[in-house]
Amino acid sequence: MSEHSGPHHTSKMAGADGDDSLYPIAVLIDELRNEDVQLRLNSIKKLSTIALALGVERTRTELLPFLTDTIYDEDEVLLALAEQLGNFTMLVGGPEYVHCLLPPLESLATVEETVVRDKAVESLRKISQEHSPVDLEVHFEPLVKRLASGDWFTSRTSACGLFSVCYPRVSSTVKAEIRQHFRTLCSDDTPMVRRAAASKLGEFAKVLELDYVKSDIISLFTALASDEQDSVRLLAVEACVSIATLLPQEDLETLVMPTLRQAAEDKSWRVRYMVADKFSELQKAVGPEITKNDLVPAFQNLLKDCEAEVRAAAANKVKEFCENLPEDSREQIIMTHILPCVKELVSDTNQHVKSALASVIMGLSTILGKDNTVEHLLPLFLAQLKDECPEVRLNIISNLDCVNEVIGIRQLSQSLLPAIVELAEDAKWRVRLAIIEYMPLLAGQLGVEFFDEKLNTLCMAWLIDHVYAIREAATCNLMKLVEKFGAEWAQNTIVPKVLGMANDPNYLHRMTTLFCINALSEACGQDITTKQMLPVVLKMSNDQVANVRFNVAKSLQKIGPVLDSNALQSEVKPVLEKLATDTDMDVKYFAQEAISGKLVFPPPAAETSLYVRFYRSGKPDDHAVFLSSSTVLSLA
Amino acid sequence: MAGVSGGNDFQWCFSQVKGAIDEDVAEDFGGYVASLELVVGSDRVPDVTVLRPSDIISTVEFNYSGELLATGDKGGRVVIFQHEQESKNRPQLRGEYNVYSTFQSHEPEFDYLKSLEIEEKINKIRWLPQQNSAHFLLSTNDKTIKLWKISERDKRAEGYNLKDEEGRLRDPFRISSLRVPVLMPMDLMVEASPRRIFANAHTYHINSISVNSDHETYLSADDLRINLWHLEITDRSFNIVDIKPANMEELTEVITAAECHPHQCNVFVYSSSKGTIRLCDMRAAALCDRHSKFFEEPEDPSSRSFFSEIISSISDVKFSHSGRYMMTRDYLSVKVWDLNMENRPVETYQVHEYLRSKLCSLYENDCIFDKFECCWNGSDSAIMTGSYNNFFRMFDRNTRRDITLEASRESSKPRATLKPRKVSTGGKRKKDEISVDSLDFNKKILHTAWHPKENVIAVAATNNLYIFQDKIN
Repeated sequence: MSEHSGPHHTSKMAGADGDDSLYPIAVLIDELRNEDVQLRLNSIKKLSTIALALGVERTRTELLPFLTDTIYDEDEVLLALAEQLGNFTMLVGGPEYVHCLLPPLESLATVEETVVRDKAVESLRKISQEHSPVDLEVHFEPLVKRLASGDWFTSRTSACGLFSVCYPRVSSTVKAEIRQHFRTLCSDDTPMVRRAAASKLGEFAKVLELDYVKSDIISLFTALASDEQDSVRLLAVEACVSIATLLPQEDLETLVMPTLRQAAEDKSWRVRYMVADKFSELQKAVGPEITKNDLVPAFQNLLKDCEAEVRAAAANKVKEFCENLPEDSREQIIMTHILPCVKELVSDTNQHVKSALASVIMGLSTILGKDNTVEHLLPLFLAQLKDECPEVRLNIISNLDCVNEVIGIRQLSQSLLPAIVELAEDAKWRVRLAIIEYMPLLAGQLGVEFFDEKLNTLCMAWLIDHVYAIREAATCNLMKLVEKFGAEWAQNTIVPKVLGMANDPNYLHRMTTLFCINALSEACGQDITTKQMLPVVLKMSNDQVANVRFNVAKSLQKIGPVLDSNALQSEVKPVLEKLATDTDMDVKYFAQEAISGKLVFPPPAAETSLYVRFYRSGKPDDHAVFLSSSTVLSLA
Repeated sequence: MAGVSGGNDFQWCFSQVKGAIDEDVAEDFGGYVASLELVVGSDRVPDVTVLRPSDIISTVEFNYSGELLATGDKGGRVVIFQHEQESKNRPQLRGEYNVYSTFQSHEPEFDYLKSLEIEEKINKIRWLPQQNSAHFLLSTNDKTIKLWKISERDKRAEGYNLKDEEGRLRDPFRISSLRVPVLMPMDLMVEASPRRIFANAHTYHINSISVNSDHETYLSADDLRINLWHLEITDRSFNIVDIKPANMEELTEVITAAECHPHQCNVFVYSSSKGTIRLCDMRAAALCDRHSKFFEEPEDPSSRSFFSEIISSISDVKFSHSGRYMMTRDYLSVKVWDLNMENRPVETYQVHEYLRSKLCSLYENDCIFDKFECCWNGSDSAIMTGSYNNFFRMFDRNTRRDITLEASRESSKPRATLKPRKVSTGGKRKKDEISVDSLDFNKKILHTAWHPKENVIAVAATNNLYIFQDKIN
């Protein structure tokens, strides 16, 4: 909102005595304390409306003090409040008065609920930018100090996120104090605070002068990375990335690498997991030389780790790690150091490890080129296509495109087909669902001929699966195939089979025909829809099962836009009118819906009550502005 | 007569008793809170009433500072007592514990899938380290763990726009100015609100919950599995121990208790029905099926009997505050183990050795399966555990002296010194001794708690909570 609209608007409202436009605001203010949490939430979300009506003066002197003590409320209300206050600067009178927002945000920064605290810190960070340098030292920095030396760890954890935003804009004496506070928090008694400090270490390092990074941050980093609690140590790994980025290459070896090496071999698997998880970032941060000398052996160790979680995290990074290796020695490193480990992982005992590897391994083919792929990777792909765990097979199939580019899919298709068929017939419907979702991709890779020959029957079989989710996905799959192969292909291969199911004795299969028509009509176009599909739909309006009949009504509504107006008038309308007099109430309902051609969207429950009350008072329009536009539209 | 306090001699004296007076006499049962009012000093004539099973206390726990004391009962209620500052009216008593908050933590439920009733009984309460002005605790029944927040409110918002002070509606079209509510002081109100519900993770009955020293996770143990939870995440937990055999016919032992190490966030122990304790290191692997230490005392073949296995089952395990030792309770003894020595305990204390000859009848009346808990004093120099006949035992680890005390109405006069009790085992009974045969096995003290800093203890005797403290002369 613009700077002058606020006061202008307010004077108009306050000026008119007994102005009934105050009424909705009065409701909003009273509902800040309503018993219904949804109404309170509503009011908090419209806090700017309240503040606007009160004017900047009363917002500062009355509304904010009230909000400062409102921290007893439900989390979702506090969360909304913390968020609102981050955008409140103009409503309290602009940057000059922005410090008035500090007390309520300070109390929100001490609540026990992490999401609320984080949001309060986020808002504090936001409004810190709106403080003048003087205000920052007079108001903001003391708040940070208060939080940092608070009795409870909730306030100290919140302080950790605020140092970096005020540090660059304060005098050097205050900077020294801030560094001291941060140091203290890094050795706090409670692990919660040390964790918060560790997670903000990288961010804080970024705003520090390089000399202080070397003197202060490195010692804190080293201390946190050897904390007695592994939950703290693992967060130091994250900080390692940012710190390494900041330091000149020649300092990395002495200042960062000892700690990083230690983390990669930590006794706790959770720390090693973190190293594996952040490996690509670490690799970029330390540069090619250290990568070659240190990270390659470290990565090999992680791929062979005794804990499966660590191996899985490392396996996930195989492709990225290889991609980012220095180009001159990339192939040699992969072939001699990485590939042997990868080969072992293909037959790992843990299926999560295998499936993590399967989701990235195909990416190696682009890096290694055709010959190496055929010689070294292809046997691995083939082995994984035969893996006992369906997830592994699925992950391989879902990444076929990478391989297709390098060696062409024909090399694989012999093994591919049995793998696909097996997944398509898996006893677990979720596995069947997953393979259906890859069908359009596979069809694109394998081409129309291979598809027609080998996969088409599978796609049609899914339409009569006994699980609804599979039938539904199968119809959606058909639509995507038609988009890929075109209407003509559809007319020859799919449409006849789909329409044939309209005479199936099972009504569920007859309904599948209708669902398919719904999905296909647009992709097939007017001609096929009008000439081939419409007659079938119309004929089904005489079905003996009511569910089929009302789905006919729904289908007619759905395919209506694709049909020409002639057919609509002469064929569709009489059928719908007949259905509208059906004995079954659902059929009647949907037929009428289709005739009137519109859907009813009920208004959101939360706002109804507020609105209905206004509505009953007879003046809905005056208050419509306070409701979301969608509600106004549907009810006005 | 000397008490047990870790070196310093003093006497234990009565402080308070909470709850209905015995089975046959009770305070006015108008409500549970009424029944928990301080009985001492009350001059009301108690009504005759019967013991309600739902009032039986099932767990007792001090918070980290000792300022609050929580009890849970079979009726699913949690009652929190707060340590009052010393009062001028009764200068002879140091601060008393008075009811601070009472709430219904768990309700009886029915599992329709398994056709099982789920009792509301509170199996365990564990306090969280204090993080702001509010207090938090975890309470659990057999299946569901809940995180509760206990907070104070002393301000109330006043002033509405649409109604006046008496609550009458104002004419909505005559509002000429807006009122922002103002916060006014009010009487202190304590609220207990459920913050998180951790459900659907246990197939068997939960016997332990324990908050980790990293302040963000806790574990919960049932008969066959141990799960690790994040305090902020309710929709998933990690299974870290699973001893369920593929074939339930092969089941030979169950998990009886589990606890996190007080300082090392990666270490926890669990005890089994076979009398062994396993210590696991969560750093080594995500699944802790393989223990890193195994504590077991070799069985003495000469004392082997039909009951050996039952009485060796561990009913409770507790780390010392220092983290160096742990204590286990089995049916007849308490053992203290040094974490660095796995092959035998460093100390063994007999709790009620005189029952060894009566195991047969204790087996018949099911008492042999009672799960006694045990606790350390604040400095780890003394330990306490319960027995029958409303007796409880204390052992001084330095002097090796032990004492038997009784939680009873007779000695419940303010500042009355507790007299040591003796059970006679031989034929000849001395004065003041009680014969083994006249012990009341229905009066058992299963749950006790020791203030983390002071010599104040809380002892749950059926539906009564006794609080004793050291006597200051």
